[in-house]
Amino acid sequence: MIFALQSLPYLWQGLLITLEVSALVVVFSLIAGTILGVAIVYGPRWLYWPIRIYSDVLRGIPLLVLIFFMYYGLPLFKINLTNLASVVLALSAFKTAHIIEVVRGAIQSIPVGQTEAGKTIGLRFGQRLLYVIAPQAVRRFLPPWINAVVDTVKGSALISLVGIVDLMLAIQQVIGRTYIPMPLYVLGALMYFVINYSLSLASRRLEARFAYIRE
Amino acid sequence: MAYHLNFGYIWRHFDKLTWGLVLSLELAFVSILIGMAIGLSLALAYTGGGRRVRGIVAGYVEFIRNVPLLLLVYLVFYGVPSIGGFAYDATTSFIITLSVYAGAYMVEVFRAGLAAIPKGLIDAGKAIGLNAWQRLIWVRLPTMFRIVLPSLSNAYVSLFKDTSLASVIAVPELTYGAQWIKTNSFRVIEVWMVVTPMYLITGYALLFALQQIERRFAIQR
Repeated sequence: MIFALQSLPYLWQGLLITLEVSALVVVFSLIAGTILGVAIVYGPRWLYWPIRIYSDVLRGIPLLVLIFFMYYGLPLFKINLTNLASVVLALSAFKTAHIIEVVRGAIQSIPVGQTEAGKTIGLRFGQRLLYVIAPQAVRRFLPPWINAVVDTVKGSALISLVGIVDLMLAIQQVIGRTYIPMPLYVLGALMYFVINYSLSLASRRLEARFAYIRE
Repeated sequence: MAYHLNFGYIWRHFDKLTWGLVLSLELAFVSILIGMAIGLSLALAYTGGGRRVRGIVAGYVEFIRNVPLLLLVYLVFYGVPSIGGFAYDATTSFIITLSVYAGAYMVEVFRAGLAAIPKGLIDAGKAIGLNAWQRLIWVRLPTMFRIVLPSLSNAYVSLFKDTSLASVIAVPELTYGAQWIKTNSFRVIEVWMVVTPMYLITGYALLFALQQIERRFAIQR
């Protein structure tokens, strides 16, 4: 048990990498996913199919396979990234596909009447999106989005398999030196749990915050 | 220095991939069956039980859902035997992990399904004199299964993708087959170019097949 405590500073370094990667992926996928999600709903036909195929393909392959594919495959196209950049790219590409669907679902849950009312009072497309659709859609968007954030933190454990010392690999390395697997796995599980559970709690808080919108 | 793709080694050892794919499907199938058993009993316990039972079930669900599957795979394979003083092979260990993991998701699915049963149906059961057990077997469970069927097929496809994690403890499923070929031939890109479509096509074929079954049992509204 004392080993587990002595290893805490080392695990902390790993935890920081996990949080850093997760934060980058959350930001990138939020931006790309929102743009593509809006495009898939309102965009022209020639934009619909590429996004649809992107989203369905990315959601159809295991994240682990995607990480390996990008990690080893990108150099073939003369794209030489650091290992950290390549996994951030893989995770972001994967999460973007999920966010597209969340955004699409949130927008499509708003009754058409709202858009029509916006048109009637003379709002342009951008104004309708910003003042009519977005404030209502955000409530439908938040719970599944926070789920996706929790999934990102969990999925980031897979980057340990291409040698990035995140929390997962830090745990493995400490176990490799101390030969006490169980306390360290439980400690690691608790660390992940605390992060993700507080996110889930925040999600419930936010849902209550946006409860002013009537169904 | 252009890189030349060469798939020869992969085709020669393609059986590693096909048998890997079969094992992946089997792992997912066994795990969802056990997971459904766990999920159903816990969902019933949750729905009918007191505060303490609810707390325990909720604790299990929240713990599993908020911890990476990879960590659970390691924990069951390396962690548990180290304190229990016993050992099991990697495949058994992974099935245990994935079943417990699936179980947590199944609890949520079945709980929602049980809550979605129209009250009128249960009242109708009472009216014709069925006791609690009979209502469960003849009214609540059949209705619930028809409600949750789409969630079950999604969960199965999702678990099929999660079986790729079994490769980290050397269970010879599809991703492990890919890594075996990679290690022996260094045909890294080629092997992922073959394996990725295999996952993709199998996953969508499964989903399509399951949707046909869903349509057969769907509740007509």
